[in-house]
Amino acid sequence: MSKYLLDKFLFTVDRDPELVEAYRTDPAGTVERWEREYANKLLNCHGAEDSTWQALSAEERTALAAHDHVRLFEMGAHPFLTLTLFIALFERDHGPLEYQLAYARAMEHITLPYPDIST
Amino acid sequence: MAELVAVIASTHHPFYYRASTSTGADRPPFADEWVSKIETFRETLTRAQPDVLVMVGSDHFHQLWLDNMPQFLVGKAPVYDANWYNEEREFGLPRMRLQGQEDLSSYILREGLDAGFDLAFSNELRIDHSITCPIITLRPEADLPIVPIYTNIFAPPLPQPKRFVQLGRTIRELVESWPSDQRVAVIGTGHLSLELGGPRQFGPHGPDPEFDRRAVEWIASGDLEGCLAEVTLDSLHSPGNATHGFMDFMLMMGVAGEGKKADHVDSLDLFHTMEAYFTWYPQGLDSTGMAAP
Repeated sequence: MSKYLLDKFLFTVDRDPELVEAYRTDPAGTVERWEREYANKLLNCHGAEDSTWQALSAEERTALAAHDHVRLFEMGAHPFLTLTLFIALFERDHGPLEYQLAYARAMEHITLPYPDIST
Repeated sequence: MAELVAVIASTHHPFYYRASTSTGADRPPFADEWVSKIETFRETLTRAQPDVLVMVGSDHFHQLWLDNMPQFLVGKAPVYDANWYNEEREFGLPRMRLQGQEDLSSYILREGLDAGFDLAFSNELRIDHSITCPIITLRPEADLPIVPIYTNIFAPPLPQPKRFVQLGRTIRELVESWPSDQRVAVIGTGHLSLELGGPRQFGPHGPDPEFDRRAVEWIASGDLEGCLAEVTLDSLHSPGNATHGFMDFMLMMGVAGEGKKADHVDSLDLFHTMEAYFTWYPQGLDSTGMAAP
């Protein structure tokens, strides 16, 4: 399992309006495409310099494809990245703060210490 | 030598811009009180008549990323573009452009390295809301050149709290030894208790009002010793999972100095996280109420 690669997914999708919309409407397809096109991309470098070893685990793929922010938190994905991206995905379907509060309620069972987010 | 004319520590609330500019039904009930407190806070910087702003903040995974993560970084550019697509999207923040003060950037880098801080640097830095929020609140004209300094409060492993304090002390020494006749204000922003992406986020108050009360007391009284005795990298998880941003307040306590009481202290209890504002005048105020000398 690689918290770094989970974070890289959240980071690269969040900063790209086209990927944000793709992930909202077709999460499983976007995860598959992202792993093929972006997972090994060394950011800011020519394609010939891509990494050779990055891969999501089956569990990570499933959590991302299910938009499962609770599971992502439990796996140690960076909570700021998850929150920012998920607000971009879903806040528009809700009233003011409704989505943020529902997001918190879904995590009520989680107690301190939280999962380690070190990469 | 340059004069350090004001030291300012603040929370950086990305919702302030939208709350303060909204009208009618969109304007939140707390907006007027918030604006009034900010205008009073702004006056504390205006009174210092600064020529240059050293701005301490923390990049929120915008330009600095886990493939190449500095602990402390000084911007050294003639111009800084500011705010990012996701900050426009989520907070409605405007795109901004600030001038840099490259001489002071160079001086802080060279002398900081020689003083024992292995500072990273950037010649092309797009700054984010940790620095633009205090520009919006304290100097909305955005007309003064800046030196941005980024700290890592976000991507563990993080430096220890005492290292933030030491960097603050060093920044003060460097500003005061900069061979220039400029008037410098050092402005830094952080957080009190804060939870992001966890079960305690977006509550009616900050996630830990008791921590917030003690934190305001530490900062207002300059109680670095008490603060350092209690705050550790581990302890900061408990008030809220994003509370490590408090270490930027500790850095600013280092700039202000041990035992130095703040000249202006204010706070505002908002949903999600408490706002807090502090100003010190290292040279005091003159008889007209302007910062000496």
